[in-house]
Amino acid sequence: MKNIEFRTATSAQGGLVVMGGVPGVAAGSRVQLRDHAGRIRSGLVIRAADDAVLVEVFEGTDALDLENTWVRFLDEPFKLPLSRDIMGRVFNGSGLPRDGRPPIISADRRDINGEPLNPAARAYPREFIQTGISAIDGMNSLTRGQKLPIFSGGGLPHNRVAAQIVRQARLLGEEAAEFVVVFAAFGASHADARFFQESFEESGVLNKVVMFLNLADEPVIERLLTPRAALTAAEYLAFDLDYHVLVVMTDMTAYAEALREVAVLRGDVPARKGYPGYLYSDLAELYERAGRIKNRRGSITMIPVLSMPSDDITHPIPDLTGYITEGQIVLGRELANQGVYPPVTVLPSLSRLMKDGIGKNFTREDHPHVASQLFSSYAKALEVRGLAAIIGAEELSDADRRTLEFADAFERRFIGQGEDEDRSIHETLNLAWDLLSMLPPDTLIRVSEVELAKYHKGAA
Amino acid sequence: MGKILEINGPLVKLELPQTVIGEQVRVGRMGLVGEVIGRDGDTALAQLYEDTAGLRPGEVAEGLGWPLSVELGPGLLGAIFDGVQRPLQAVWEQSGDRIARGVAVPALPRDTRWHFVPEPARQAGSALIGGDVLGSVQETESIRHRILTPPLIRGELLELAPEGDYSLEEAIGRVKLADGRIEKLYLFHRWPVRTPRPFRQRDHAVVPLITGQRILDTFYPLLKGGKAAIPGPFGAGKTMLQQQIARWCNAEIVIYVGCGERGNELTDVLESMPLLTDPHTGRPLMERTLLVANTSNMPVVAREASIYVGITIAEYFRDQGYDVVMVADSTSRWAEALREVAGRLGQMPVEEGYPAYLGSRLAAFYERAGRVETCAGDHGSVTLIGAVSPPGGDFSEPVTSHTKEIIQTFWALSKELADARHYPAVDWLESFSGYVGSAAKWWAQHVDPNWERDRAEALDLLAASEELQRIVNLVGVEALSSEQRWTLEAAGLIKEGLLQQAATDEVDSFASPEKQYALLAALLEIYRHGLKLVKLGAPARRLIQMPLLSQARRWKSQHSSDELAALKAKIAAIPDAFEPLLQEYAHHPSPLRGEGQGERVSAQAPGSQT
Ligand SMILES: Nc1ncnc2c1ncn2[C@@H]1O[C@H](COP(=O)(O)OP(=O)(O)OP(=O)(O)O)[C@@H](O)[C@H]1O
Ligand SMILES: [Mg+2]
Repeated sequence: MKNIEFRTATSAQGGLVVMGGVPGVAAGSRVQLRDHAGRIRSGLVIRAADDAVLVEVFEGTDALDLENTWVRFLDEPFKLPLSRDIMGRVFNGSGLPRDGRPPIISADRRDINGEPLNPAARAYPREFIQTGISAIDGMNSLTRGQKLPIFSGGGLPHNRVAAQIVRQARLLGEEAAEFVVVFAAFGASHADARFFQESFEESGVLNKVVMFLNLADEPVIERLLTPRAALTAAEYLAFDLDYHVLVVMTDMTAYAEALREVAVLRGDVPARKGYPGYLYSDLAELYERAGRIKNRRGSITMIPVLSMPSDDITHPIPDLTGYITEGQIVLGRELANQGVYPPVTVLPSLSRLMKDGIGKNFTREDHPHVASQLFSSYAKALEVRGLAAIIGAEELSDADRRTLEFADAFERRFIGQGEDEDRSIHETLNLAWDLLSMLPPDTLIRVSEVELAKYHKGAA
Repeated sequence: MGKILEINGPLVKLELPQTVIGEQVRVGRMGLVGEVIGRDGDTALAQLYEDTAGLRPGEVAEGLGWPLSVELGPGLLGAIFDGVQRPLQAVWEQSGDRIARGVAVPALPRDTRWHFVPEPARQAGSALIGGDVLGSVQETESIRHRILTPPLIRGELLELAPEGDYSLEEAIGRVKLADGRIEKLYLFHRWPVRTPRPFRQRDHAVVPLITGQRILDTFYPLLKGGKAAIPGPFGAGKTMLQQQIARWCNAEIVIYVGCGERGNELTDVLESMPLLTDPHTGRPLMERTLLVANTSNMPVVAREASIYVGITIAEYFRDQGYDVVMVADSTSRWAEALREVAGRLGQMPVEEGYPAYLGSRLAAFYERAGRVETCAGDHGSVTLIGAVSPPGGDFSEPVTSHTKEIIQTFWALSKELADARHYPAVDWLESFSGYVGSAAKWWAQHVDPNWERDRAEALDLLAASEELQRIVNLVGVEALSSEQRWTLEAAGLIKEGLLQQAATDEVDSFASPEKQYALLAALLEIYRHGLKLVKLGAPARRLIQMPLLSQARRWKSQHSSDELAALKAKIAAIPDAFEPLLQEYAHHPSPLRGEGQGERVSAQAPGSQT
């Protein structure tokens, strides 16, 4: 069947082509269309019956002349050829080279949809990754195998933060050699793509990066393949070649919008804001490909980047992402406007796997309590700041005024840091104690009395 | 034999005459399994539990003759099953890290031999009805698995095997049914998941389920056999709270259903449970636990089934006379799976895409909870605790609002509390429990007669402080009277010293009812002493500076439930701490009541509604 060309298209509309009289076509199979101009388009069988086969065409159905369209059913799903040679290469969303070098030739070709990992096969992520960024390491620690997205907004420096993480991320006490990066951009601007490329180049990791790019002016439907291709490569690197893979994907919002576009064409019932009801499951199919597997050495740690439409964290895309990922790093406009970099808004940020990867045998024994105390003290300080805005700072008590000073210092010195500043976890924790020492010890009930005695600078 | 006519996502149209809705089908060369959800003449519509990519029109399809059923018998405990009860551990060993399609592994191991001890009362010739206990198998050290007669059987026991080791494939008895047919009995039987298992009658739920979590047990109690919901936005702590309950509650069997949630969370349970001991029996927790997992990346159709698989297994242990707790994380994912199926069937959506029957399906599901008299005359219960994941954290959305009408205990999680890392982030104003009256009887009898009064006083204090906080936010704390400031301070003490309970705190992760009440009473005692003093004219400022207040906030983490003597000694010393102030003010009441120039402001915030 692979070699037969059919010319039986009966209708074409909105990216969908109906083929008549092609019996026995496999669901999900890949399709090649040759139009009247000889141009090749690709597609996927989304509905298969003997009398009618529905094909979704990635490049769209514009200017398709039904009588002069030849269709081949490739009889297999979308597959990505894999070998060690993918390292350092740049591909498009369907896995074809876009760096001018020859395509990857390999007998090892894998379905980009992957297969769900058996929960019994997973190993729980427990190893602390030091990113060198205090707001992350100290309060929202990343662990190996975690999926921790960056929630951002237009104009915020998410790309710079992601690049800084890629540059600085390392495991305590381990050689950096087995670390590789898979980078996927969908709907990204050329400038964004270039920014990352240059940043990888500068940090000298370019030969350890695999890139999958689908830029803003490229086919929308291909955006649905891009992260899948990237994750297939990541799985190969992690679980066949034993690498620790850091996957950066940007921008998940562009992905979800592409999904919505396709869903509308297919006539799927919309749930919220026009997004299909299966957006959750679809995103989960991507995000859940992060993790570790028992008896395998490699791992996939995932940092998806998404911009929140109108900075709204309850918008379906950040909302459903938050429901799937293991926490989120939230960037905020307020801090950014005050010139704080990285503008991590710590209260809504969260790392769910932190509790199992920090503390005595991982970072330092006081880490869990210090993190909890920073959250609690800073939350209280923000209340005081809100109050001061209403009644005026003059009306505040001395204690409240000290709290305000703490909040300011915390934002400037702890959250704020240089783009090239790589702080060790000990530096981060010591800095935390410097700041907590601005507060009276008896208000710090999340840390133990022993820790207070040991680290609080004003402790009696 | 039928054949495939059309494949459309997880839906396949089959030529399959004489099938019935709900029948299991096996489809295609890969042998994918699914169920019939619609019929039209000789064609049937089926949804498959596995990905349909690669299926072709024309491939074979066959009806299996039974609805989706589970295997019930020894081998359930400690296991992890997928949404249609495939044993994931065995599947892993057989087909590797990724779940291959079409794998067929029986739910319960066929090669294990179990030591069966027959029930002496079951003599050949005696009458046998469904639910009767045939004997038992010591499945784990803490759980004796009672072998039950399949529910619908009614007849005469012809023969029952003597004590000995049997596998699930060996018959352990024979029964002659009313119509003369003879049926073999095994250590296990099957039951369709969408049909509630029969029982004699419903009992009243009367005993609280002790979870060891203060905000739950002391403030918003749940009874064994009750229904509860935990709604909350992402990251608010639904899963942690359910895991805490699964770990520490005093049920005999715990069923953890991961429905459309993260793979790592199940791994966490699988890795941590064997290492933890049950505070009530001292045995490893895994011995009483089993998991049903359809993670968010597994096929959606099986997600809809997973909840029913879980509840049916729960009912089965209930029928053995056990108190069972089932936690379902998250019922919203189940509802979404339902929505997807409805959408594919072209059913009219009513709210946010959900079909009109969402409410009744939810109600019917929760109705399977309860305390019952079993067919064998025993008593058992199923307590159901469902997490709800409202989009955008909006509790007015359909799943949350329907659930709220069905359940009796509502543990509402708040984003604000979670953001401030106040855990468990159970909102003390939004939450409710319809079981306080029954729980009060138990607490009065087993812990302290003043429980109900003290609980109410603490809640009043929290509510009053909420009003006061609103005033503070408008005009600052200076505007409050000393008494009001003390109320605010005492409420803070209760929040930090009692309500906050970190799951990660080894000492405080579980709090026995005695510890819970000791802390409650102690903090209230501090409040009352202080109140007396401010009424005598002591300024709140003096009270707030007392070291006792920050000390009392640490008590919960300093004394575990099995060493309460030291805590009680500290509590006994509370009056002493107030003694100096009492000396000062009892005899020289200050002429100025209240603090500074502050005038009394009514606890009613301006513009607040009553
Ligand atoms: N009782 C608790 N004690 C300590 N930490 C907690 C507690 N509850 C929640 N947390 C913290 O909050 C994080 C998020 O909790 P959890 O995963 O239970 O949220 P969730 O409501 O289930 O979110 P989702 O809907 O996305 O699954 C945890 O990883 C933990 O860090
Ligand atoms: Mg959860």
